[in-house]
Order: sequence, then structure tokens, then C-alpha cells
Amino acid sequence: MPAALQNAIDHYNYFITIFLMVSGLYIVIARGNMIKKLVGLSLFQTSVYLLYISPGKIIGGTAPILDPAFKVYSNPLPHVLILTAIVVGVATLALGLAIVARIHEAYGTIEEDEIFDRDAEG
Amino acid sequence: MKLDLILRVGTKVLLPLLLLFALYVQFHGELGPGGGFQAGVIMTGAVILYAIIFGLNAAKRIAPQRLVEAMVPLGVLIFAGTGLAAMLLGGNFLDYSVLAADPPHGRELGIILVEAGVLVTVSGTMTAIFYAFSERGR
Amino acid sequence: MALLTMLAAVTVGVVRMRNLFGVVVLVGAYSFLMASVLVVLDAPDVAMTEAAVGAGVSTVILLATLHLTKSMEYPHPRKAYLPLFVAAVTGAVLIWGTYSLPPFGTADAPIHQHVAPKYLSDSIKETMVPNVVTSVLADYRGFDTLGETTVVFTAGIGVLLLLKGRRRQRREGGGGPAE
Repeated sequence: MPAALQNAIDHYNYFITIFLMVSGLYIVIARGNMIKKLVGLSLFQTSVYLLYISPGKIIGGTAPILDPAFKVYSNPLPHVLILTAIVVGVATLALGLAIVARIHEAYGTIEEDEIFDRDAEG
Repeated sequence: MKLDLILRVGTKVLLPLLLLFALYVQFHGELGPGGGFQAGVIMTGAVILYAIIFGLNAAKRIAPQRLVEAMVPLGVLIFAGTGLAAMLLGGNFLDYSVLAADPPHGRELGIILVEAGVLVTVSGTMTAIFYAFSERGR
Repeated sequence: MALLTMLAAVTVGVVRMRNLFGVVVLVGAYSFLMASVLVVLDAPDVAMTEAAVGAGVSTVILLATLHLTKSMEYPHPRKAYLPLFVAAVTGAVLIWGTYSLPPFGTADAPIHQHVAPKYLSDSIKETMVPNVVTSVLADYRGFDTLGETTVVFTAGIGVLLLLKGRRRQRREGGGGPAE
């Protein structure tokens, strides 16, 4: 089907972004280890950065720093939003990992199944 | 012992370059890529490298824990203080055009102050988080 | 682009790997590849931040947590069919959604029409700052940056509350840290 193939070539960026997003989601849902879950969440967040910045690029443009030698610039607005998102992402990762460290001190394990069992019996 | 020596000498060469690059990125954030966030994280990276190679106590001597913990709210204070100063001088909140004689200069001054505030908070927070994680494991 | 394919390969490695230390190393490699992709997409500010934050601070605190918890991921006893199905359905719906997106890199997409040309043309006149990303971040959208700095401050305070001070030894195994 040439239409689907043409679509795939135009949108290769988005396909990879969706693959990263879906694998991040899979890690968060399917794995029980808490550190792995947080890594999956961070993977999901970075795929969202790609999702925002890819539409902003203009082929033949340059980085959005004004200079008399260039005429066409890529869109600066997604860059601003993603800059904020990256820093907020690392802040939440740090807080999540601090909570995981405290859970390990309280329960002795960071596997989700064992924590549920220990809560159910105690 | 030999590997340790290579790491130490290499770090001693790299650290001043790292700190200088962090300051360069901060102050040239208006003319090229850069700004407060990047500079803050690079500065934290320099402190972390020093702590990994030379030990946590040596790092705490050059970046004392109280100073780092005081830097965390100080940056937010600088940022909000710039906004309040703009309000006191007659404009809206965070309207930098009233900070200097003519609006473009005022806005550039506002941008410089705000980026400095962001640098202080981001580097302070990241270093404080690193200290907290490594203290817990002692 | 070859970089994107390498990114997908590293992600498959992160999903499958059991040894958590290897996962952290792969996350560092993933951040580096993501920063390279961002440079190709004309975003040097974002690439610098992603490289410094992802391959620097994020890897360091992941390793610190691994040291505090000292664990390796257990082999998973149950087969994960339902999450795989949910993930596949989500992916299929999203791919169906990309059919209505404009092709990559065209200059007349709706995203370039409304506010961005105004920022690009007025930045030097009004703020004398050539880097449009900095002027938008600190001046035109300064309130968002104030919010973001407050979020970083809050996360720092949260981590300090949770982890400051020496780890108390557990007495009878049930006392637990009370503070």
C-alpha cells in the first residue's frame, strides 16, 4: 500500500516516538521493581520531548537564535516548554527515588509483589 | 593505585574548565544556547565529580552543606523579588520594562537577574539532593 | 534517521535487562542519543539541558539509590499478557492518530502560524536578546519559569525532608523510621 508507506516515511519520527512511549508505558505497568518503574516513567517523559520538538523543525531552517545571516528559523515555542519539562522531570525522579529509598528501609525490599504481601499479612 | 592517580590528575585539569564553562553558559545565555538551567546542572556536575574522586568530606569543604541548603530558597527569592520590584516601581508583576530607563534595557536587566536566580536554585537543589542521597548511605 | 533507530534499540535493551546497574548505564546512553537527536532537530538549548540532566544528575542519583537499596530485579513469575495487550492497543491508536499530522518539516504547518513569528520578529526590538528561547523563557513566558523554579525548590525540600540525617538502625524490625 503506497499510501501507508508514504505515511511511514513522512512520519518516521512519530513512529519511533510512539514506540518509545509504548515501551515506557509497558515498563511502568508490567514490571514490579520500583526503580525499573521509575526508569520507565523517565523513558515515557523523554519520548514526549521528542513528540513536542519534532513538529517544530523546519527543513532548511536553523536554531532559533537571531542572526542576520539566516532567514528561516525553527519554532522556539516547543523548546521553551520542553526545557521546563526536562527540569521538572528530573525533580520528580529525585523525589520518587527518595521515596523508594525510604520504602526499602521500611520493608526491606522494593519489589511490588512482596510489599503487597507484607502489607496484607501485617 | 596507578588508575587512581590518572583519575585524580585528570579531574584536577578538568574541574576549572567545567566551572568556567558553567559560568560561560550562564552569561552567554542571551547570545547563544544556554541559560540558567544548563549552567546550574553543569556546576552541580563539577561538584559531584569532585566528590566522587576526592571523597565527600573534601567536597563538603568547598561547598558547605549549609550554604548549599541556603541557596535553594534564595534563587526563588531573587526571581520573585525581581517581579515584586517591578510591581513596586509601577508596572505589573514580572513586567521588567520599568526596571531601567528605557523598556528594552529594562527587559534585558530583568532577564539577567532572573537567570541568575534560576542558576542559584537549580545548582543548590541538585547539590543538596546529591548530598542527601550520599549521606544516607554512610 | 539512524539515531532514532539506535534510540529504539537501546529502549528494547532497557525493557529486557534484569541487572539494574546495566539498566542505569543504558539510561545514560539513551540520554546521550536523545541529546544528539535534539541537536539534529535544531534545538541546542534543549539538547544541552537533556545531556547535562539526563546523563549527569539523573544517572548519579539512580546509582545512589541502587547503592542504598542494593537490589537486582527478580525474574518475573507471571507472564505479562495484559500489559502487553494494553500497550499494543495504545500504540495502535496513536499510530492511527499520526495519519492526520502534517509531514515532517514543512513550513506552512499550523504550528508556525500564530505566535511564533511574532516572537521571532520582535525579540531583538523589545528585549535586545538574540536568543529567542531565553527571551521567551525569561520574559514573554516568565511566569511559567517562576512556577518551574518553585517546583525544583519543592522537590529539593521534599528530598531533604525524606533523606536528611543518618539512617536509623531498625530495632525490632517493626519500628521503622517514624520521622
